[in-house]
Amino acid sequence: MIVSIQLNGKKIVDDISPDMTLFKFVREHGCYSVKCGCETTNCGLCTVFFDGKPILSCAMLAARADGHRVETLEGLQKEAEEFGQFIADQGAEQCGFCNPGMIMNAIALFRENPEPTDDEIKRYLAGNLCRCSGYEGQLRGIHAFMEYKKQGGAACE
Amino acid sequence: MLKIKEYVKAESLEQAYELNQKRTNRIIGGMLWMRMSDAQIQKAIDLSGLGLDQIEETEDAFILGCMVTLRQMELHEGMNAMCGGLIRKSVEDIVGVQFRNLATVGGSLVGRFGFSDVLTGLLVLDTYVELYKGGTIPLAEYANMKRDNDILVHVIIKKTAGRYAYQAHRNTKTDFPVLAVAASMVDGKVKAAVGARPQRARLYLADAPTQEAAEALAAAVVTGSNMRASAEYRSHLAKVLLKRAFAEIREKEEQ
Repeated sequence: MIVSIQLNGKKIVDDISPDMTLFKFVREHGCYSVKCGCETTNCGLCTVFFDGKPILSCAMLAARADGHRVETLEGLQKEAEEFGQFIADQGAEQCGFCNPGMIMNAIALFRENPEPTDDEIKRYLAGNLCRCSGYEGQLRGIHAFMEYKKQGGAACE
Repeated sequence: MLKIKEYVKAESLEQAYELNQKRTNRIIGGMLWMRMSDAQIQKAIDLSGLGLDQIEETEDAFILGCMVTLRQMELHEGMNAMCGGLIRKSVEDIVGVQFRNLATVGGSLVGRFGFSDVLTGLLVLDTYVELYKGGTIPLAEYANMKRDNDILVHVIIKKTAGRYAYQAHRNTKTDFPVLAVAASMVDGKVKAAVGARPQRARLYLADAPTQEAAEALAAAVVTGSNMRASAEYRSHLAKVLLKRAFAEIREKEEQ
């Protein structure tokens, strides 16, 4: 079946199998930041934005995305790089496998709620599993990023 | 591995209903549970183009299309104000935001899943389901019906003033609940739903939200064992969570 999906700002028309997941679709179109970690819709690694909202691409049919807008980390370069630096500064990414999903969902959080409390951060990111860090590094990185934003994007110590 | 031969974006409920009469065809909701199955589906019927993804507020009810997501329910201020946040509490620990942006109220109820926080929470509210052919029936009745080929079109939550509480225990955050309890008191009548027993949620009635009533009710709750907990542990939890839920109800002002 033919679908037309706006992927990272670019219209992609493709002939796909009806049971192809959105995860597979974006990977086939070069978005390798999106990974599948659990196969049980639990880990958050495959997070993409679907019409601006974070979703698990492993659980959505690409067919359902026909006519919709999908964004991956590759499409959020500047935003992702800016935030990702703060995660890296804390050494929070360690193996780095969970990082793209974590960054995507953190960006979604900041778009919804620019100044979240710790409880709101933990709740929002609960669906992103990291098996290296225990999440403390990510939390420190998020705090540092929020402080940086509060200062108007100026460098902070 | 899930296999789908054909994808059909339904253009009407009638078309979806007709397609759904064939055993090998299946309506897809959020697909979070279905994608983990080994089902061989001839035609996957998608209702996402029928405008059933909105929560409409009327004078006496909230009407949820079957494709409304758990995240929409979690964030809906009016609906949560009406029930003291019961709806939000019942869904906010279900995996993560990305999951709840996909999981639908219709899919959650049609599945009558044993682990369902959604079914547990909605059972103590004045909730009805509107079926395409079967008319509008109370959720408690629907929950006990066998699965058939009708379509759950809307979920109707009446604005009923009362006191509401939700309690659940999980072995780890974002996991299925080991036990889930919802309770309500409306016009002096107390209802409690106990879910994840691990069988599907069941509704119980009590005379008053007292500690004694919680104990008596807990003794009547049938529990079972699975990989998350033993029946004995669940029975103990039933007592604890029912007591907490009833204490919450006693403390709360009428919504």
